[in-house]
Amino acid sequence: MSTTSTPVKAERGVLTKKGLQADHPTWCPGCGDFAVLAAYYKTLEKLDLPQQNIVTLAGIGCSSRFPYFVNTHGGHFIHGRSLPFASGVSLGRDDLHVFVFGGDGDGFSIGGNHLDHAGRKNFNLTYVIMDNFVYGLTKKQTSPTSPQGFKSKTDPWGAFDRPTNPMRKILSSGATFVARTHATQIKHMMEMYERAAKHEGFSVIEVLSECVEFNKGSFDEAIPRKGGKFEIIDETEHDVSDMPAALALAEEQWPGRFGVYYEAKNEPTKNKLERDLIEASREKVGHKSDKALLAQTFASMR
Amino acid sequence: MPEDSSTQKAVREEHIRDAVIRLAGNSQDGIQSIGGFLARLAGRSAQEVMTYMTIPATISGGPSIFQVRMGTGEVLSAGDEADFLLAFYQHSYENHIGFLKEGGVLLYDSDHVEPDENDNRFVKVGVPISALTVEALGGSSREKGKNLFALGLLARIFKLDVAKLREIFKERFGSKAEDVLRNVNLAFDAGFSYPIDNVLDRYYNFQQEGEYEGPQQVTMDGNTALTLGLIAGGVRHGAGYPITPWSTIMEMLRQQLPKYNGVFVQAEDELAAAAMAIGFSYAGHLAVTGSSGPGISLKMESLGWATMAEIPLVVVNIQRGGPSTGLPTNVEQSDLLQAIYGSHGDCPRVVIAAQNVEDCFYSAREACEIARKYSVPVFVLSDMSLASRIEAFDEPDLEALMIEPTLDTEDRSADFKPYDLERITRHAPPGAWIEGGVFPQVTGLEHDESGHPSANPQMHAKMMRKRREKIQKLADELPASQIYGDEEGEVLVVGWGSTWGPIRETVIRERDRGRRVGHLQIRHLNPLPNDLGEIFARFEKILVVEMNDEGLYGQGQLATLLRARYCNPAIQSLCKTDGLTFKIKEIMRGVEAVSPSHAPSK
Repeated sequence: MSTTSTPVKAERGVLTKKGLQADHPTWCPGCGDFAVLAAYYKTLEKLDLPQQNIVTLAGIGCSSRFPYFVNTHGGHFIHGRSLPFASGVSLGRDDLHVFVFGGDGDGFSIGGNHLDHAGRKNFNLTYVIMDNFVYGLTKKQTSPTSPQGFKSKTDPWGAFDRPTNPMRKILSSGATFVARTHATQIKHMMEMYERAAKHEGFSVIEVLSECVEFNKGSFDEAIPRKGGKFEIIDETEHDVSDMPAALALAEEQWPGRFGVYYEAKNEPTKNKLERDLIEASREKVGHKSDKALLAQTFASMR
Repeated sequence: MPEDSSTQKAVREEHIRDAVIRLAGNSQDGIQSIGGFLARLAGRSAQEVMTYMTIPATISGGPSIFQVRMGTGEVLSAGDEADFLLAFYQHSYENHIGFLKEGGVLLYDSDHVEPDENDNRFVKVGVPISALTVEALGGSSREKGKNLFALGLLARIFKLDVAKLREIFKERFGSKAEDVLRNVNLAFDAGFSYPIDNVLDRYYNFQQEGEYEGPQQVTMDGNTALTLGLIAGGVRHGAGYPITPWSTIMEMLRQQLPKYNGVFVQAEDELAAAAMAIGFSYAGHLAVTGSSGPGISLKMESLGWATMAEIPLVVVNIQRGGPSTGLPTNVEQSDLLQAIYGSHGDCPRVVIAAQNVEDCFYSAREACEIARKYSVPVFVLSDMSLASRIEAFDEPDLEALMIEPTLDTEDRSADFKPYDLERITRHAPPGAWIEGGVFPQVTGLEHDESGHPSANPQMHAKMMRKRREKIQKLADELPASQIYGDEEGEVLVVGWGSTWGPIRETVIRERDRGRRVGHLQIRHLNPLPNDLGEIFARFEKILVVEMNDEGLYGQGQLATLLRARYCNPAIQSLCKTDGLTFKIKEIMRGVEAVSPSHAPSK
């Protein structure tokens, strides 16, 4: 249940962390998602967008409670379909800044097909996949990114299906900005969010966000203070416009590298292509009023 | 018929009220276009017209028919039997000769058809259509154009207005290469100048009731009318996925909406199409999604969300034969209960059904109005027979009917709540500033008035009532039901959707033979109008006619609903699932079965 504390009023034109906060998050203590949320607040503050034009959307999962914790226009849609829902919002309104949050179930399993097509069509929006390698909301079933050998309630003997390679999947979707980050690295997360938000097109970020309840310690190998390695991509060596190089990064051994894998700067968005189509069509019909256009169609059917 | 042209006979002229012409061939023969030309011609004359077509489920080729009923006065159904059969092939002849009435005219392509010599029930007229078309067009062996040759023959036999037909050709082919229109006219002329009077001893002439002076008529099929209704209703956004027979609506929306500053997206699947349309609506633009049977099943989860989140949306279902992949190119009305109850949970939404081609326009437009006013998904049910059937109707008055879409991102006051229990939800789309600085959440979880999750049972009950009561309020605002024929009496024939025409014609015939019968076509199926119980009480029997199965308990889907609501045992059901529209005689038999006539029928 939500704790409906009296939210602090947001002031028009002044975007503050306090003004962005809404319900207190329902996540378990220690969940990586708190940091993902904190980095989102900070990034929005830094971007200083008109608050009423920010839209925070989500599908279903622990992570997808996100919109209730953010004081922006928000929508909590159904499992797996947050991307087509968000695509409609984005395509319908060029004045909005659309952010979608979800988990590995939403992104790689029940909604996997939508990731491929949102990528192919290059909708102008940002999609953050909070990947914890487990179904947490339903209490520990194998997820599409659970590693082989992972013991869950649906695979008590250890999962044997091969996991999805998240970065390869996102890259092959055709997304025009693809990055990877980690919930324990707030600054890095913020940098990735900011670049994704400023990218014109479909930007996707995989954030490793640990589920302390059902998959504790799963990301230790990428956490320096736990003896792991957080290796950031050196963009003087990795050309982010080079897809084969990005795919090679995706094939690296766990825990792999973090940062921007790929960015295509000049790929037109579907938003732009549809807008161009509208302009060309309006031009062709002489910018007639809707009523005049429809009347003309009826006249052709006399 | 004598084929010897030396036996000259006087050619008679016969006046007729209407004629049913069935054209049978293969789908690539352009039979649909002859039908379309005839329908459009009738629409521009004093005649009424109704067409009926079947297209094969196969990708190319396969038998295909087009039936046109033209006449003076109201044409209500496509006709039970044909007066004329034009058969292009032996299989066309064999499969459709049973549909020709005795004494009817069989016109056939003598290059391909050999009719049974011993069958003397019909007037048989053989014309070497293929060979003469090839000759007229100069040696192309592909027989392309024989549809126009046949149209020429029909124009001659029925004394059609050739000048008007040529205008229609010009509009249709004028923009193409010059020789296209020339070939069209050559093929038509060859048919028109064929000495048909050597083999057929009469011309037919439709009785003229003076020049047509009513409102301007337009001619189109149901899917086109429905699409234009959506545009008139202010829909500028939508998403869909191809499926027969819905596809032609999405094709037209994709091509038309950019001209209106809009977008229609061909989505990756039905799930995405529904979700995207809801995304458009959430963003403040009333949107449409649609499909046929299987695709509608896939959309159901999203549609449940739209009811819960109280999002306005128009959902079109062009019904076809089910269940599952079923009969993709046949007609059925078996998705009514799905439209009303198909999502999980108690999920009230609005369902309306178009009753003829003209009503496809008005239902779609009305769906837009209701969706906005009550912030709710509205189903528009049409079906395979309406989708492709061509009718002429009065041109709608756009001055009165056009709804210009508006995007309302005005500021909202501090007390704005997306799910205010005191009023019908009117969302503040993104972009709207909220004076209190608290932004709304829109959600499929049960929620409080601000849209934040609430598992409080009292809140759930209140929100459930809020979503239900607005639909009940709509019922209070529906116009009074219109009964045709007797306002009280022996039988009230009740239908929904495309059964309107055959039921109306049945009721006219029943009344002509002295029976006290009324017709009520229900357009608003959820909520139902409030006045039905009182109307039903005035009749001895209520016969509910629908193209669906009688189910486990002996009633069709609407009959089930009406029985549940009114507990009236006089409500009886007439169902069928043969994939074809109702014939007049089938409904007459149904009337007779529930209410035997005492006087012998004339």
